[in-house]
Amino acid sequence: MHQDLKRLSLFLLFLPFGLWIILLIVVPHIGMAVLSLREKVAPRVYEYGLGNYIEFINEPIYWNTLLRTGSMSLLVTVLALLIGFPIAYYIAKVAGYRTRGALFLFCLIPLWVSDLIRAFGWILLLRETGVISGFLQWSGIIAEPVEFLYNDVTVIIGLVYTVILFMIVPIASTLDGMDNSMIEAGYNLGGSGLTVLGRIIVPYAMPGIASGCIVVFMLTAGSYLTPILLGGKNSSWFTEQIYDQFITRYNWESGAAFGFFLLAFTSVVVWLGLKLTGQTLTNTVARN
Amino acid sequence: MPRGNNPGRFIWLYRTYILAFLVFLVSPLVAASIFAFNDSLFPALPWQGFTLNWFFNDSEPQLGVFHDRRLLRGLHYSFIIALAVSMLSVFVGTCNAFLFERGNFPGKNFFYIMMILPLVIPGVILGISILVLASVIANGLEDNYNIEFDFLRPGILLVVFGQFSFITTITTLVIAARLKKFDIAMEEAALNLGASWKRVLATVTLPFLRPAMIAAGIVAFLVSFENFNTTLFLVGSEAPLTITMYDRMAKVGSTPVLNAMSFLLIVGSGMLALLSVVVQRDKSPK
Repeated sequence: MHQDLKRLSLFLLFLPFGLWIILLIVVPHIGMAVLSLREKVAPRVYEYGLGNYIEFINEPIYWNTLLRTGSMSLLVTVLALLIGFPIAYYIAKVAGYRTRGALFLFCLIPLWVSDLIRAFGWILLLRETGVISGFLQWSGIIAEPVEFLYNDVTVIIGLVYTVILFMIVPIASTLDGMDNSMIEAGYNLGGSGLTVLGRIIVPYAMPGIASGCIVVFMLTAGSYLTPILLGGKNSSWFTEQIYDQFITRYNWESGAAFGFFLLAFTSVVVWLGLKLTGQTLTNTVARN
Repeated sequence: MPRGNNPGRFIWLYRTYILAFLVFLVSPLVAASIFAFNDSLFPALPWQGFTLNWFFNDSEPQLGVFHDRRLLRGLHYSFIIALAVSMLSVFVGTCNAFLFERGNFPGKNFFYIMMILPLVIPGVILGISILVLASVIANGLEDNYNIEFDFLRPGILLVVFGQFSFITTITTLVIAARLKKFDIAMEEAALNLGASWKRVLATVTLPFLRPAMIAAGIVAFLVSFENFNTTLFLVGSEAPLTITMYDRMAKVGSTPVLNAMSFLLIVGSGMLALLSVVVQRDKSPK
């Protein structure tokens, strides 16, 4: 009786989980895979094959966009790590108790403000008639209005801005659990600041770093608003291609194939990242 | 980094860096907010004087945000969607937390990874895959049985499903983290004292989880409210606020009424985020 009750409750708990994962994750992806293998040969006549994928491979524009998205996402990830790590360290180890709480909150609040508003703010700052251009003219540094929008540097700044909090939070919370005496011991044994950083602090923070990098990379590669609003028409971001295929051209079959390229690409990068750092998905992403 | 050769100067430089970062963090938010109060038709310098017209004025050309029908409708839909998503995802998240913290079943690790997965799938892909599935089902039903199910076409329900599909992972992780801290002896004590398990759940375990459930609900609400990528593909005629604002930006260009809306959203979500932190902090020492 007791055993049956336990089974029943386990089943009841499993039910919402199973419905969620199967109906909203597994089956839709299978559906997308099937669709991506389908080609329209005549109205209402379809043929199955790898045509959509071959079309993708044979078209350099698509490849270039994917590679561009990937390499820029990697750059954004590295920049976010380099800029964010000192901030996370400051929050976890240097700041006093009160400052720490305030800083943490400070870092979290923009997290909940939509991408759209953040990109909108950057546009107002950076465009030709924007605040920065206006300020530089007023102070006499430049004579004519300057357009800071619609170039790769702006897109990268905007993306780093959008995702850096996802880097800071996991690293800060990992470092928070670190015993200060470990750092002290490193110094007492004669280590320099760099040695302590490289041999003690960074290895300890590794799960946080890996988690931050994965989330940041995924968010960047999958982002849509920031590259389009800050990069303009020529940002050539891969999600834009997917949108174009799906909504503008109504070519769902090749849109689905594009989606799989993005998924495969990001999965491979995440998998490589996990292997290289010796972490698993469970102990990194699930930590936050 | 922790201690340089010249600690005084080093810490000073370090603090300057942090300060510069904070300026970087808030400057776009300030820019987005401040032009809501500028008495001009464009969100740009020069400053033409302070006004509240972009909030309260009821006529063109300075139509205030509280009289802008389309933006208000977007806000309304965003509220409905976010409320539905947060309730659904907190419910399923709570079940999942019990499932993975308490349950023992074959393949648990595999299922745990499946549970994490939606968080690392790009939002665009979640959107298109759900769109594809819903349309395939709807088309199949229409072609073969001549039944038309409108709710399978892009619209509020699909948006809710799309957002729910990855937000549930977040709520599960938040609630499971709290459940992990629960001392199971408290449940056993209550059971030994003769309480039924339903009563134990209602009076011991769930009250313990409440702060995490509220915090998870707020987080889910905010993430849903600001979501764009997944929503973009699933949206029908009832567009939520982010989509409406994006359309306005793309078609009309930036107008200060968008700044006014941004200001309201920044203040609103800032307060909600603070609330979620406070809710979790107050109860945690117990």
